[in-house]
Amino acid sequence: MSSTLLLAVAQQSHTALFMFLAFVAATLVITYFSARKSSGSAGYFAAGRRITGWQNGLAVAGDYMSAASFLGIAGMIAFKGYDGFMYSVGFLVAYLTVLLIVAEPLRNAGKYTMADVLAYRLSPRPVRALASLSTLTVSTFYMIAQMVGAGALVKLLLPGVSYEVAVAGVGVLMIVYVVFGGMLATTWVQIIKAVLLMCGTLFLSVLVLKHFDFDISKFFDAISHVPVKSADGTVVTKDFLQPGLVYGAAVNPWGPLDLISLGLALIGGTAGLPHILIRFYTVPDAKTARVSVVWAMLIIGAFYIMTTFLGFGAATILTPENIVVGGKPTDNMAAPLLAHFLGGEVFFAFISAVAFATILAVVAGLTISASTSFAHDFYSNVLHHGKETKPGEEVFVARITAFVVGAIAIFLAIKLQTVNVAFLVGLAFAVAASANLPVIVLSIFWRRFNTAGAVTGLAVGLLASIVLIIISPSVMSLDGKGLINAAPLFPLKNPGIVSIPLGFLAAIIATFCSREPAAEARFTEMEVRANTGLGAEKAVSH
Amino acid sequence: MPPSDPHNRDLTPESAAPTDIAPLGRETVPAHERTADEEKAMADWDAIAADPDFKSLLASKARFIVPATVFFLAYYLALPILVGWFPSLMTKEAFGGLNWAYVFAFSQFIMAWVVAFLYVAAAAGWDKQAAALLAKFRR
Repeated sequence: MSSTLLLAVAQQSHTALFMFLAFVAATLVITYFSARKSSGSAGYFAAGRRITGWQNGLAVAGDYMSAASFLGIAGMIAFKGYDGFMYSVGFLVAYLTVLLIVAEPLRNAGKYTMADVLAYRLSPRPVRALASLSTLTVSTFYMIAQMVGAGALVKLLLPGVSYEVAVAGVGVLMIVYVVFGGMLATTWVQIIKAVLLMCGTLFLSVLVLKHFDFDISKFFDAISHVPVKSADGTVVTKDFLQPGLVYGAAVNPWGPLDLISLGLALIGGTAGLPHILIRFYTVPDAKTARVSVVWAMLIIGAFYIMTTFLGFGAATILTPENIVVGGKPTDNMAAPLLAHFLGGEVFFAFISAVAFATILAVVAGLTISASTSFAHDFYSNVLHHGKETKPGEEVFVARITAFVVGAIAIFLAIKLQTVNVAFLVGLAFAVAASANLPVIVLSIFWRRFNTAGAVTGLAVGLLASIVLIIISPSVMSLDGKGLINAAPLFPLKNPGIVSIPLGFLAAIIATFCSREPAAEARFTEMEVRANTGLGAEKAVSH
Repeated sequence: MPPSDPHNRDLTPESAAPTDIAPLGRETVPAHERTADEEKAMADWDAIAADPDFKSLLASKARFIVPATVFFLAYYLALPILVGWFPSLMTKEAFGGLNWAYVFAFSQFIMAWVVAFLYVAAAAGWDKQAAALLAKFRR
């Protein structure tokens, strides 16, 4: 089936490519018009001035359901079965951390970014500088994952193009968007994207079930007998419902610990993601923030349950050995290839276009906010003492930053082309959970917390997670697949179980090493605001 | 939305808009960037913090949030622990060809939704308490 499938993709790629381009163009037009509203069409949304709970919930879901969840999780399940499902579970349960711990205090305090929260009661300049560095790092990791997905998609649509050229092309396109400020990830773009992605996923799930005559037991029976080619070339049947194909103690003695480490990063990381936190600023009050998290949880949960249909569907209908692009097994392409096989040319083009547009929207939004906050919080605050020396300097610095970050992301995405994008996003979560989560939580709930603690916590969490990733088996390996050809110094692929406690510990120890009575005095104001919402209504009219 | 434009009342913020972050030293600082010292005069924070109603609001929140957080973390972390170290237990068939590992993983979705709904129900009470507290200080 492999050759026929590939042949079909190659022969009909012109139709698919044309439709793909049409869908992407349509999305860009929608994006353009919804971004236009920011520049003055006052009456456009005059009736609904404020984002309602379910709208914001959809936007949160749209921000969150990046290509990584759609392409990555489906691919992970298609190749590794049950263990890939652990990502789905973690990504959803993570929202309980957001709902119970950070969403309402942030909304009530009227804070927009993590830097705002920290600067509110601590010394603004150092905490803003560190917060912007960590935001930039998390965004870069996120961007690499999205570019790997986009590169593989383009490669699939244009079989003649090499992966390197595809990634570079996508990357340059994204940088052009960002540097010229053409595309803004508005709430409305995210809402449209979420709806399209949900519709596509739902339809594909129905097609998978139809393939099994809507007989769930037949489906599960097929999942427990997936043919997998082992290293020596023989085909063995594996039960994909059984846990442990990746993280089992039998496969790797560190596996179970790695799984827990991944779990910690997922449930802690979401509450530290810059593009999720800012969504709570867009609603009028804490009650709406709360309702929007619940809506997001319902939508995201339904989406992740459906990714299991896509993943298991690809595993059973296509089988892992046929999920190949350009001769290489590419788990990230499991969902698009499944769409092609079950839904034909049009549906394949639709799914690819939605995934591609998703990548553009997420990356453009993230890069603009990260580079702007770097220019504002790091460059102007730290280097120029809070004053722009020339008009437009901040914008210029932001553009340079976006360019540099984009170039780094292109370089790393080319190196990491066969890595699963959900795994890459998992690393972004680990960095967010190690650096951002400790300081956000401590600054909301701990009176004694001070500037030294915040700066140290951010720096240690950031460094620990990055260093542990660099010396982990995903970067260092002896089989030539890693970026560094050497034996890994750290046994786990996911750094969370070490770096998250380190981030907390560093923040707590550094806090106890210094006293800052002013920061403690300001905590009263923070506590009253976070719990009552007093003063937050003013924040909306910015 | 430039803060200087009084006619543009569209309050739909967007991530990454150039106006998200006010250029330093040129315009007034937007509300979300203000520090505690700059908003000290807005209310009598110490008086509200000392009010017994505020204390009971905090206590009532803690009574729900602390056990709920401990519960969901324990329930969630039980999954990788059981799957990783007790695979023989989790690979037993639960029903209909499904093993306990899958059933337990699926139950996490239900758990998350139930905790979220319980939280929303509990939070409605806190909204009332907070509104009553603020009304007392507005008078």
